[in-house]
Amino acid sequence: MLIEVTNLSVRYGRNTVLNNIHLSLRKGEIVTIVGPNGSGKTTFFKALIGTAPITSGKVKIKKNVKLGYVPQHLNIDRSLPITVERFLNLARRKNEKGFKKATDIVGTSNLLNFQISNLSGGEMQRVLLARALMNEPEVLLLDEATRGLDQPGTASFYQKIETIRETTGCAILMISHDLHVVMGASDRVICLNGHICCEGTPKTVATSPEYKALFGSDVDGTFALYRHTHNHDHMGGKNINNA
Amino acid sequence: MLDDFMVRATLAGIGVTLAAAPLGCFIVWRRMAYFGEATAHSAMLGIALSLSFEAPVFAGAILLSLIMASVVSLTQGRSFYFDTLLGVVGHMSLAAGLVIVSFIPGVRIDLMAYLIGDILAVSQMDLLLIWSGAIIILSLLIWRWSPLLLVTLNEDLASANGYNPKRESFVLTIALAIVVAVGIKVVGVLLIVAMLIIPAASARSLVSTPEGMGLLASLVGVMSAILGLNSAYFFDTPTGPSIVCVASTFFIASLLIGMLIGRRQS
Repeated sequence: MLIEVTNLSVRYGRNTVLNNIHLSLRKGEIVTIVGPNGSGKTTFFKALIGTAPITSGKVKIKKNVKLGYVPQHLNIDRSLPITVERFLNLARRKNEKGFKKATDIVGTSNLLNFQISNLSGGEMQRVLLARALMNEPEVLLLDEATRGLDQPGTASFYQKIETIRETTGCAILMISHDLHVVMGASDRVICLNGHICCEGTPKTVATSPEYKALFGSDVDGTFALYRHTHNHDHMGGKNINNA
Repeated sequence: MLDDFMVRATLAGIGVTLAAAPLGCFIVWRRMAYFGEATAHSAMLGIALSLSFEAPVFAGAILLSLIMASVVSLTQGRSFYFDTLLGVVGHMSLAAGLVIVSFIPGVRIDLMAYLIGDILAVSQMDLLLIWSGAIIILSLLIWRWSPLLLVTLNEDLASANGYNPKRESFVLTIALAIVVAVGIKVVGVLLIVAMLIIPAASARSLVSTPEGMGLLASLVGVMSAILGLNSAYFFDTPTGPSIVCVASTFFIASLLIGMLIGRRQS
């Protein structure tokens, strides 16, 4: 087990963002977290890497596991001049081989001399992915990594992820809004809305009432015929459009 | 050689600016100018307390700026009007310090020396303090350079790489308190923030890496100290403000050069 989360709750002030979350991640697994805006997906990642205040429960990460983290976005203050190459080399250890491999996979070698603040959204995502891959991580955390990519870009991104998993055995935990793609590319899906609404194989989740309640019943034509039986409350009914 | 007051003044100026300039880059990158200001102003309260208890001024200044910087960095992000709070607390300690000084009986104290510096009165002991402080700051910055940069860019990325963002940022807090304390003799509590941010800002438009910015800022700082000191001697003007005026001239010049380079490239 690479990551084991039990009973995790996170509170900011009086606001409970995550409640009683469980997760286990094994080697080579691709697990996707879906959920509406404000459902605590990014906070969950922050709890994993240690920048969110954990109020109860436990996050156990296997000793010396290397984490590769791709944040949702990176706000670089324009007062800080930094090239892509320097940014990629800001890791704890220099790893020439990993550097070469990562830039090859992601295709950032032509960007090395660019200023980070001048990158487009798609270029930035590629640089962040290259940085995450450089240290040959055993767990890859992707927070909406396809943001700012067009459809072919998104498709090739998920192909890259699949290749990375096959070649390195790296486990991948990702947050995504590309519901259609996600359903095909993941081993397991977790539907999050402050708490875990439902989880399981993509098919189980896509047919579950909780998932439909969050994303509406027309998210996937295959499962359009479905009778709604919603049996629990989504944090006082916030964030639900189609319930 | 150290018997000559101009030599001592020059060495003191170089020592302070050499440490202040690279630290100032982080102050600029992290938008901590208000933070720096509040820390510097709180040093005046420290000076006043030292004078009333007949303790060394340096000790009081570093103690109060360390307390202020620590309290501020611990409470950071808890309030939505943080910069207002910084302004309130900073000016409050400055004002309180000035009021306390007026109660001290006996000799009249030259307040200007603390507010804008009195570099020509630097003793050999001061010089030792200034250079020890500068070496501590530079060593801290060189040792923690990459993690500090990463924390400045994105705390989550730094944390995922195994760095503790809070601990790394605390290095800056300590360095800031030291630079304020050693800068009092040279430019005073009112102008020390200028020596942090003006050299860094001057370097920005001419460099493409953070290291380049740190080095160029140091060069601008040292040049400002030397030229400012000499022009103060030549025109008989106050030294601290003269140094800051020269640094500001460098800043304006760098803006113009930056614009010229930008135009040629486009």
